[in-house]
Amino acid sequence: MTEFTPLASAFGGALIGLSAVLLLAINGRIAGISGISSAILPPWGGRLREGDIGWRIAFVVGLMAAPILVQAVSGEPIQQTVSSNVALMVIAGLVTGFGSVYGGGCTSGHGVCGMSRLSMRSITATLTFMATGFLTVFVMRHVVGG
Amino acid sequence: MKSFAGFLLGLLFGVGLVISGMSDPAKVLNFLDLFGTWDPSLAFVMGGAVVVTFVGYRLVLNQPQPKLSEVFHLPTKKDIDGQLLTGAALFGVGWGLGGFCPGPAFTAVPLMSDGIIAFFPALLIGMWAGKMAPGLTAARA
Repeated sequence: MTEFTPLASAFGGALIGLSAVLLLAINGRIAGISGISSAILPPWGGRLREGDIGWRIAFVVGLMAAPILVQAVSGEPIQQTVSSNVALMVIAGLVTGFGSVYGGGCTSGHGVCGMSRLSMRSITATLTFMATGFLTVFVMRHVVGG
Repeated sequence: MKSFAGFLLGLLFGVGLVISGMSDPAKVLNFLDLFGTWDPSLAFVMGGAVVVTFVGYRLVLNQPQPKLSEVFHLPTKKDIDGQLLTGAALFGVGWGLGGFCPGPAFTAVPLMSDGIIAFFPALLIGMWAGKMAPGLTAARA
C-alpha cells in the first residue's frame, strides 16, 4: 500500500508543469526527459557543433540534484521502495529506455507536454503506454505473482 | 545561460517529481495496479502538470521567440505510425515492470538503491538502442 496523496501530487505535478513551461519559454525546448537525456548519448549528429548538449546535461544534473535538495530542506529521507530483483530491473531498464526513445517520448514528453499541445500522436502514445502499463502490472501481480 | 536555465529547470522538475511522490516506484506501480492496491495519486500529478502546461504553453507560444533561442523547437510529426505505437507499448511494459519512467529514474540515482543500480545503466543502453534502431535516426534529425 502507498498513501493516496492528492494535494502533494497535484502540487508536485504543477511544479513539473511550471518547469515544462519555462523550458519552452527560455530554451525553446519540450520537457521530454527521454528526449533530453537520450540526445546526450551518441551519436550526436550536429548537436555538439550546435551547442545543443550542454543544457541537456545540466538539466539531468538538476534532476539528480533534486532529491538531495529536498532531503536537505525537509530533513527527512525520501520514501522509496525499489525492487531489488536485479534481472527484473535490468530487463525493465532496457525495455523502458528502448520504448521511450523508439516511441518518441515518455510520461513527460508525450504525457505532459504532448497532451497539453493536444497532439494526437501524444494522446495515442499516452493511452498506449498506460494500457500496457496496467496490463503488465496486472500480469506481474495477479497472474504471475500474487 | 542556456545550461544554467537547464540546471535550474531540471532541479524544479525533479523537486516536482519528489514532492508528487513519483520518485517512488511503489506509488507508480500502485497506480498501475487497478485491481489491487490502487493509488490514484499519479492521475493528480498528470492533472496538475497538464493544467499548468496547457495554459502556460499558450502564453509562451504567443511570444515571438524563446528568451535564449531563435525558435521554439516543437515536434513536427503528425502521423500515428507503427513506430510510435510499438515504442509506446514497450515503454509501458518496462514502466510496469520497474515502476520507473526516465524522469524518476534520474531522481533515484543519488539514492543508490540496488534496483536503480541495475535499472539505470540498462535504461541508458535501451535508449541508445532506441536511437540506433531502424527508421529512428533519420526521423529525429
